[in-house]
Amino acid sequence: MNTTNNYRWRKFVDQIMRGSTIVATGCAVIPLIAIIGYVLTLGASALSVQFFTDVYQPPNMAKAATDGTTPAFDPNDPFAGIGIPTDGSAPADGSTPAEASVYAGGPVGGVLHGIIGTLIITGMGLLFALPIGVFAGIYLSEFRNERYSTIVRFCCDVLSGSPSIVAGVVIYVLVVIRNKEFSAVAGSLALMILMIPIVTRTTEEMLKLVPESMREAARGLGAPTWYSTFTVIIPAALPGIVTGVMLAFARGAGETAPLILTVLGSNVISTDLFAPMASLPLLAYRYTESPYPGENTLAWGSAFVLMMLVLIMNILVRVATRSRAGANR
Amino acid sequence: MAKQQHAESWSNGKSVLRHGDVPFRVGTVVLASCVVGLVIAMGAIMFVSSSEARNAFGWDVLFGQVWNPVVTDVAQPTFGAWPSVRGTLLSSLVAIVIAAPLALGIGIFLAELCPPQLSTPLSFLVELLAAIPSVIYGVWGVFVFVPFFNEVFSKPVSETVGDYIPWLAGPVATGRGIMVTGIVMAIMILPTIASLTRDVLRLVPNTQREAMLAVGATRWETIWLAVVPYARAGVIGAVMLGLGRALGETMAATLLIGNSQRISESLFAPATTAASLVANELTNSVSSLHESALITVAFALFGITLALNLGARLMIWYVDRGMAGGRS
Amino acid sequence: MSSMTITKLAPFYGKRQAVKAVDMQIAANEITAIIGPSGCGKSTVLRCLNRMHETILGARATGSVMLDGLDIYGANIDAALIRRRVGMVFQQPVAFRTRNIYENVAAGLRLQGLTKKADLDQAVEEALKAAVLWDEVKDVLNKQGSALSGGQQQRLAIARALAVKPDVLLLDEPCSALDPIATANIEELLAQLKKALTIVIVTHSMQQAARISDQTAVFMVDTSSGNAIGELVEKSSTADVFTNPSDPRTESYISGRVG
Repeated sequence: MNTTNNYRWRKFVDQIMRGSTIVATGCAVIPLIAIIGYVLTLGASALSVQFFTDVYQPPNMAKAATDGTTPAFDPNDPFAGIGIPTDGSAPADGSTPAEASVYAGGPVGGVLHGIIGTLIITGMGLLFALPIGVFAGIYLSEFRNERYSTIVRFCCDVLSGSPSIVAGVVIYVLVVIRNKEFSAVAGSLALMILMIPIVTRTTEEMLKLVPESMREAARGLGAPTWYSTFTVIIPAALPGIVTGVMLAFARGAGETAPLILTVLGSNVISTDLFAPMASLPLLAYRYTESPYPGENTLAWGSAFVLMMLVLIMNILVRVATRSRAGANR
Repeated sequence: MAKQQHAESWSNGKSVLRHGDVPFRVGTVVLASCVVGLVIAMGAIMFVSSSEARNAFGWDVLFGQVWNPVVTDVAQPTFGAWPSVRGTLLSSLVAIVIAAPLALGIGIFLAELCPPQLSTPLSFLVELLAAIPSVIYGVWGVFVFVPFFNEVFSKPVSETVGDYIPWLAGPVATGRGIMVTGIVMAIMILPTIASLTRDVLRLVPNTQREAMLAVGATRWETIWLAVVPYARAGVIGAVMLGLGRALGETMAATLLIGNSQRISESLFAPATTAASLVANELTNSVSSLHESALITVAFALFGITLALNLGARLMIWYVDRGMAGGRS
Repeated sequence: MSSMTITKLAPFYGKRQAVKAVDMQIAANEITAIIGPSGCGKSTVLRCLNRMHETILGARATGSVMLDGLDIYGANIDAALIRRRVGMVFQQPVAFRTRNIYENVAAGLRLQGLTKKADLDQAVEEALKAAVLWDEVKDVLNKQGSALSGGQQQRLAIARALAVKPDVLLLDEPCSALDPIATANIEELLAQLKKALTIVIVTHSMQQAARISDQTAVFMVDTSSGNAIGELVEKSSTADVFTNPSDPRTESYISGRVG
């Protein structure tokens, strides 16, 4: 067999390049395992019943609780003015080890306020986003031949591609400045901007999957479009729309930047919608920037809860999608 | 009368407006228009709020070298965001340079070379990377990656090669800087580019592969010389989308970039990005001019990512249309 | 000037055997036609002759195909090398969409490392002349390959296959997407080419087989065992197959009673 001269080189290149694509895929899987692994292990060590049921008390507030003064709330320095030495030595005034344990790295208190806050803010954001997103999805699917739908779809893409901080900036200008206060509602509005495109796109795609024959059958029976849409088409697409809602929730729960500008954060449990509120990603962010190991542990814990939320949502969506695809076969 | 309507709707094929259809139509259009309105409102609000700074500084808001919000006895506040803009551009460049070839390789593997049983689970894993919130990348970056990278790469390299190559120079203190930010952002944008590349490559008609194989090409030659060129517009579009994501990334950047306004030649030195500038300073702005300057920066981010997204969608649409309509 | 000897060739798709073991002789410098009803495996068998069959996921073939004394299914033989010696033209005319006409033809040559412009120019011109396309495109070599008509694109595909100077040319229903005039052009071209090449053509048109081929192989579908499996029923000179078939199934197919 007369081989051409460069054949051995071509064979070599073929094997090297094919191998390198496997290496590339490894470069995606390895960081994934590393990140999930570290969050799960380091975050799990922060977990305790206290973690889920308590609110972190910075030492100055704990001290104030015992001697009845009102601490100044300074989110940047929870140890302002309380006389606990920062080099780990025993406090001069004989305060209890619990207040100093934050230096030892053990968790102090928990993130219940963050969990509640995340649920409230994200839930509210979803509530705002759902009507707009679902109906925009209906419009894009059922009236897809109109020229206006191209514009709507383009705007949807713009929203989904814009940096999350931009949503925060807009709501900051529109709501926070005007009302001179940070609030959970403002945060929800910012999250709404980010969640609308996800809900819209998923709704549109799921509605498009409903076979045209269903619509024709409904029309043939004389049903008005709105009736057939709500009683036939949407129920058929509902499982898919629900997965879109879940994905939007998972995305909204993880966003931090818009919340920095609209919600500010808090150290106490609050359900006041018009005041600052805590939130898991905010806690993770602030506790990471903190120099105190105890707070850092809480940061890992918050990351853990957030990660579990996102992972479970995504896996559920995947399982639901696959079983539906299997059932349709 | 009802029977007549029935017959009409069957015979002329057009949908006849029935009772209740008009409110339905109006309702969906109104709510869909909220999406459009939102985009317009966002642009308008940022445009108006940025006018104070734009009128005072013009383009210097973005390209001026000094960002100093504070009134001192020697200087008026100036707002030149170039250190931040430069940080954004450099860190995104590092991210794209790392992520684009890797993501292309992953897309090729998933679309062309992967055994079919593995392809779905692997795709899922890659997409899971995209679902991880960016603040978690930041947390992991600060406590795990930066110390590790510092010991393994930044310190050794800056102490040896850094004497000769200015952009690898030390000193490396905390390890936060453009390079680690770029690397972590690369991991974040990998799934975006990879899954889009995989989708686009799968659309290439099989006849192209067979024609290349039939003249004696190896598997890799078929992929590189027939499949990827056919889909190259889509691949470029995917990279553009990834770049857009990197430019706008806030949380990982804020935690990893070191937040320093000093411009240093070295990639190991701390810097700042446009998004983290806005995140750090907007709620603590000291004057309305400060605030307006920050909003100008945010507006610029909005505009650039909009343009990138538009370009990317056009590219991908072009590939789609070419494949569906043209002869293969 | 190459002949092929096919011995016990059996193509499989996964576990399913597509065609019963085939024994056949392809004579050099002749046109051998493979005909039969749809589903009889004629394209499958053809694709085994240049090892394209195995590019489908899960597909494989057993048996041997000797090309000038060398078994292309031998242990250490690389399929890519085989495909240079056994070229193929497909049913749909395929042009590489990102390449111009010149580069379309030169694609195979570049793979082999031919880069000198003078050599490439000469090889491209020779191939296009052999495919009877040169006169039509010689002034527009840098136009997109996909801008040509269907018949021209198919001749372009033939030129691309011829450029690497194969010994055997396989064609899989090359004219089924073309109009009668383009078909006639290709048939005339094949008659010319057989002087230098061995040609195997799969066709669903018996008339075409009768017109151009020297030898004809007839395949049929055997459903007796429950699963459909292809089978070589008869192979001999075209004249014999069409005027004096020895197998009754051939006669049914030829006279249009079956398939």
